[in-house]
Amino acid sequence: MATAAAHRTARTPGYGGREATAGEQDAYQRAFDAAVAADERIEPRDWMPEAYRATLVRQIAQHAHSEIIGMQPEANWITRAPSLRRKAILMAKVQDEAGHGLYLYSAAETLGTGREELLDKLHTGRQKYSSIFNYPTLTWADVGAIGWLVDGAAITNQVPLCRCSYGPYARAMVRVCKEESFHQRQGYELLLALSRGTPEQHAMAQDAVDRWWWPSLMMFGPPDDESAHSAQSMAWKIKRHSNDELRQRFVDICVPQAQSLGLTLPDPDLKWNEERGHHDFGPIDWTEFKEVLKGNGPCNEQRITQRTRAHEAGAWVREAAAAHAAKHSGDSHENRESRETGAKQA
Amino acid sequence: MTTTAHTDTAALALGDDALVLSHRLGEWMGHAPVLEEEVALANIALDLLGQARILLSMAGDEDDLAYLREERAFRNLQLVEQPNGDFAHTIARQLYFSTYQHLLYDRLATGGGPFAGLAAKAVKEVAYHRDHAEQWTLRLGDGTDLSHERMRRACEALWRFTGEMFQPLEGVGTDLTGLETPWLESVGAVLGRAGLETPEGPRTGAWRAGAGRQGLHTEPFGRMLAEMQHLHRSHPGASW
Repeated sequence: MATAAAHRTARTPGYGGREATAGEQDAYQRAFDAAVAADERIEPRDWMPEAYRATLVRQIAQHAHSEIIGMQPEANWITRAPSLRRKAILMAKVQDEAGHGLYLYSAAETLGTGREELLDKLHTGRQKYSSIFNYPTLTWADVGAIGWLVDGAAITNQVPLCRCSYGPYARAMVRVCKEESFHQRQGYELLLALSRGTPEQHAMAQDAVDRWWWPSLMMFGPPDDESAHSAQSMAWKIKRHSNDELRQRFVDICVPQAQSLGLTLPDPDLKWNEERGHHDFGPIDWTEFKEVLKGNGPCNEQRITQRTRAHEAGAWVREAAAAHAAKHSGDSHENRESRETGAKQA
Repeated sequence: MTTTAHTDTAALALGDDALVLSHRLGEWMGHAPVLEEEVALANIALDLLGQARILLSMAGDEDDLAYLREERAFRNLQLVEQPNGDFAHTIARQLYFSTYQHLLYDRLATGGGPFAGLAAKAVKEVAYHRDHAEQWTLRLGDGTDLSHERMRRACEALWRFTGEMFQPLEGVGTDLTGLETPWLESVGAVLGRAGLETPEGPRTGAWRAGAGRQGLHTEPFGRMLAEMQHLHRSHPGASW
């Protein structure tokens, strides 16, 4: 087996802008395949198949968009949080999501696609975000249900991405997952306080879980035999487990947690299957999933409208910052030069 | 006992300033002009909320005080309750308030009074808030014609709420009137670097100086409290 360094040399183009010959292309492809097979990381300067690059940009962008659209349903409750402690936790969480958006747009940038271009695709509906955020947060308990179920599902999906073959994405996911697991525990703890609270609070928690359970199961995507991108992504080690495997893992994790919460999951078919060593669960309404994906969910319109409105309303601020930076770029250039001169003289 | 009662008065005033401004900044979340500002405004809001929790706890139960008082019992400055407006208004409000808060906490930190511990920690946070406001004042004032005009209008609109900051406050342990000259110098210098004039209008508030500290607020504040307190008040006695 070749060493990592040998792969790196073989798969990093060094032809000064000249188009690679067919023979060279083959050599790159072989080096890339060998690196993926050996579980090495592909880095931004490495050669990679265009389809691999496009798949990653699509996936990372969708993930980044989900983080920033996902701020909306939770920010909906910041101004109404019922205690100062809960308010601080929620604000910190929504701030983390903005931070995740930043890392992920930066990871996409390492593949040659900038944030502005991706935001434009989000605003014009050419790129998607997770459909889960097209459901509304109707009560305070929804903040807890999102933390417990939606972040829980996201972690189940994302932990394997920490081993994704593309280095910058894998590294961003390590940090994202740490913060997400914190959010998941906070959501659980919020629901626990409600479940053990007054009868009205308990009912609020149960209602939220009833509404968020099925959409959370849909977050793992269509069943394996209908998933358009899965096979290739698994071969490239962008994806490590199938949609159905991850969904089953999530259900198995949630069942005992729901019992500890004193809440029920809204599925009469949910039961332990001794033979499989897993919980069986009822059929998912894929018609609803497809409708929400097509844009017909309860909040699709609202989410994009708010996002676009904020972006447009902020255009003058971004333009001012750019104009100010341009006016003063001479200053900083001179400063840099004088610093460099100073350093040389020293 | 008088000293304690006066300390409570001051803790409420400073705590309400931080609580109310934190709430206003929290309203930006999901609406900021650029992703970096979602992070920055939330950061400032969180710092202020942390300060508010400590200060309110000095005067009583933080949640009872935040959620169960009526509008007339709040002691915050009218400046911090002003609606966010456009980004320039938010930045002008930040510049005016963070400059004041930095001067105040800097004094309290070295004064050895009941607020010294809190102020020593908070002054470092507020130094960042002031820097953030200053950088944006420069970008907007010295950016495009449009941003200059918006920043100028914002600075003028909020100017009349700035005199209140320097009215005497019982129990705070420092002479607030003494902060006025350094505040004017500091704010004036930033505005000057941003190519903006220091506004010239009166600085005595809509009613009279010190109105917010006496529980007289502006109309938007009642709606802000209605939203903030609604859920907590709908479940009397519940824990969250």
